[in-house]
Amino acid sequence: MVVAIVLLLVAVGSVLFHIYSPWWWTPIATNWRYIDDTINITFWITGAVFFAVIAFMAYCVFRFHHKEGRQAAYNPENKKLEWWLTIGTAIGVGAMLAPGLVVWHQYVTVPADATEIEVMGQQWSWSFRLPGKDGRMGTTDVRYVSSDNPMGLNPDDQHGQDDVVIASDDLHLPIGKPVKVLLRSLDVLHDFYVPEFRAKMDMVPGMVTYFWMTPIRTGTFDVLCAELCGAAHAQMRAKVFVDEESDYRAWLEKQKTFAELSGRSAVKRATYESGGK
Amino acid sequence: MVDVPYDAIADAPPAEVPEVELYHPKSWWTQYVFSQDAKVIAIQYSLTATAIGLVALVLSWMMRLQLGFPGTFSFIDANQYLQFITMHGMIMVIYLLTALFLGGFGNYLIPLMVGARDMVFPYVNMLSYWVYLLAVVVLASTFFVPGGPTGAGWTLYPPQAILSGTPGQDWGIVLMLASLILFIIGFTMGGLNYVVTVLQARTRGMTLMRLPLTVWGIFTATVMALLAFPALFVASVMMLFDRLLGTSFFMPALIEMGQQMKYGGGSPILFQHLFWFFGHPEVYIVALPAFGIVSDLISTHARKNIFGYRMMVWAIVGIGALSFVVWAHHMYVSGMHPHFGFFFATTTLIIAIPTAIKVYNWVLTLWRGDIHLTVPMLFALGFIITFVNGGLTGLFLGNVVVDVPLSDTMFVVAHFHMVMGVAPIMVVLGAIYHWYPKVTGRMLDDWMGKFHFWVTFLGAYLIFFPMHYLGLQGVPRRYHDLGEAAFITPNVHTLNAFITVVALIVGFAQMVFLFNLVWSLFKGKASGGNPWRATTLEWQTPETPPGHGNWGKELPVVYRWAYDYSVPGAAQDFIPQNQPRATPALQGAAP
Repeated sequence: MVVAIVLLLVAVGSVLFHIYSPWWWTPIATNWRYIDDTINITFWITGAVFFAVIAFMAYCVFRFHHKEGRQAAYNPENKKLEWWLTIGTAIGVGAMLAPGLVVWHQYVTVPADATEIEVMGQQWSWSFRLPGKDGRMGTTDVRYVSSDNPMGLNPDDQHGQDDVVIASDDLHLPIGKPVKVLLRSLDVLHDFYVPEFRAKMDMVPGMVTYFWMTPIRTGTFDVLCAELCGAAHAQMRAKVFVDEESDYRAWLEKQKTFAELSGRSAVKRATYESGGK
Repeated sequence: MVDVPYDAIADAPPAEVPEVELYHPKSWWTQYVFSQDAKVIAIQYSLTATAIGLVALVLSWMMRLQLGFPGTFSFIDANQYLQFITMHGMIMVIYLLTALFLGGFGNYLIPLMVGARDMVFPYVNMLSYWVYLLAVVVLASTFFVPGGPTGAGWTLYPPQAILSGTPGQDWGIVLMLASLILFIIGFTMGGLNYVVTVLQARTRGMTLMRLPLTVWGIFTATVMALLAFPALFVASVMMLFDRLLGTSFFMPALIEMGQQMKYGGGSPILFQHLFWFFGHPEVYIVALPAFGIVSDLISTHARKNIFGYRMMVWAIVGIGALSFVVWAHHMYVSGMHPHFGFFFATTTLIIAIPTAIKVYNWVLTLWRGDIHLTVPMLFALGFIITFVNGGLTGLFLGNVVVDVPLSDTMFVVAHFHMVMGVAPIMVVLGAIYHWYPKVTGRMLDDWMGKFHFWVTFLGAYLIFFPMHYLGLQGVPRRYHDLGEAAFITPNVHTLNAFITVVALIVGFAQMVFLFNLVWSLFKGKASGGNPWRATTLEWQTPETPPGHGNWGKELPVVYRWAYDYSVPGAAQDFIPQNQPRATPALQGAAP
């Protein structure tokens, strides 16, 4: 009796906790509310199954606990019941998987008008790069990295000269414009993580990964690293500002391009030195 | 429900069973230390696993103290926190759970349950334990080497695992990899034994479809482990080469603390594929023995046959097979080709179907049962709740796009603790209460057992259920200090402090259990040979604890499946597997 009640309380308590929990997702700041919707569908289906199974179990314990003279039934199998349960489960699984795959298709399909930007991680800071007037970002390589060239841009690539380089500072994004976020790392795995964006992806040295999103509200958001990257993993922070178009323009005007930051000659010298060693 | 008769196979003819040559110990040393008796080896495995498991328990207290009260304990800094989480995870998953289920329960139960005198290769079985012990010693030694144990996280992802920004880069990581390699060598020796024993040494009449589900679970898990561990083995060897010889299997061109490294051309993601090709089956290597054992606990203590035995067997085998094609669901945000997501989300959610069947069959076994709320049964009920909870949150993380916001948050930590931490440990504890009388001849104290159950079950649930919601809010994992961030509200710290307090209480409840284990060894009530009135062969041994060779002069002969409980018309509510059908007292029993 007591056991049955406690089991039932666990089920009821879990549901109540879910409903009244003050711990809940942060207000979304991008187009990915589809992800939140999919989570909600999953909560409904799994919550119903959880409650049904535990409540049934509690009932069994209440109804069939040992008493003098009770004898258990002998029913090794029931093919019909087993098949119905299997089919029902398959339907429930399908109801979660189908929307999940549809939204994943959106997640991996970058709209053609998305602006490319770059986020680069290194132990333990963030750098950002925006394409310049030509709308294209120049090539990069770890071997070009030096104190003059912290993001490792190719000094001989014309497309890179007007790239806006924001080394170890905060990022601004315009509201309402889809962005394809290219992700790169100089040393170990990192993960560009802004809870309000919902989207994220690991940054892997030696390759470029990406995700896309459209910011839908202005504000200041904390950037954290979500993939363990060493001793100061927890301190690897930056901020992203989502601005109105005019504010964004004003900020962008003040940023320096790669050419301005390094000066052609300084870059060449640094390359020569690191290559010569 | 329609009663479908089970097991229409004809009785096994009572013919003679081929005897095996046993190794007979000649001294105290070969009987109790360098023993080749699977039962002694099982105890050695269990005690070693428990000892290193206690280290992991203490580490979890350290982590929780830091998370609950950041900045209060000056002896825990960022480096140590990472070392604690790494060692806690690795010990719990591999050195405790894998070793305990397969080396401990496998060694003790397989020969007894299939009616064998011992494992088929006793000498190799002995070696398996001693290599395992060596692996544990090497692992534990990292606490005392310069730089301490590795802090790379139990996943040991390169490049950071072998670079200087991660604690334990000098010795810790090298010894960790060496220890893993040793563990796998030791496991392979034991694992081959378990598989061959189940296939070749079953007694007469013990068909595969009459095996208790415990044996099915351990057997399938062992086959999986033999296929999965080699992936970890090669990954460990390759990373060791990267670290010591300067090869670049997993290392692209990169910069370490401002310096260009000589590495180039390797792939960090290759390691992740190898790791999770082992790592996902590993979840089921721990879960399947738990599934099997809990089936037998529920059936025995509800005095009712397990519902849908054949479906249960096929579900175990199906889950085992499917678990080899789902590994990359751990890598949805790893940067692998995004189209993999479609495939791995589909396979991952399909695996929910056989898993759900198992859950249904457990609760349907309770239905119209005669449920004895013994301590093993309570733990079995606790297992079902925590496993259902953890299994369902797996449907969040397995569904690729839902995983994107939740990956690397406390939601993941809560999920895997519930499903492969708390749930299997519920089974381990229930199983110890269940089989302790067979191992020692004495019952564990019931009052202490019930206290232990309620504190452990309710406490563990209070720890890990709310933790999901921290992850939902965005709280990242593997952070020793959450620092300042707008989305980390003050009540996050409140909940963290609450979880820490409960975790300490649950931890101390385990001391009551350990005390019970020792106390009952001397003061426990004598149990007799079959205190739970169970059907399976291990309860039918002529001596308790079973003697050398298990079965006296003649091996038992099996006439029926393992679940003849409450057979209509039978004299008592269980019929042992070795009882012939023709007994007059059983007229009218199952066809």
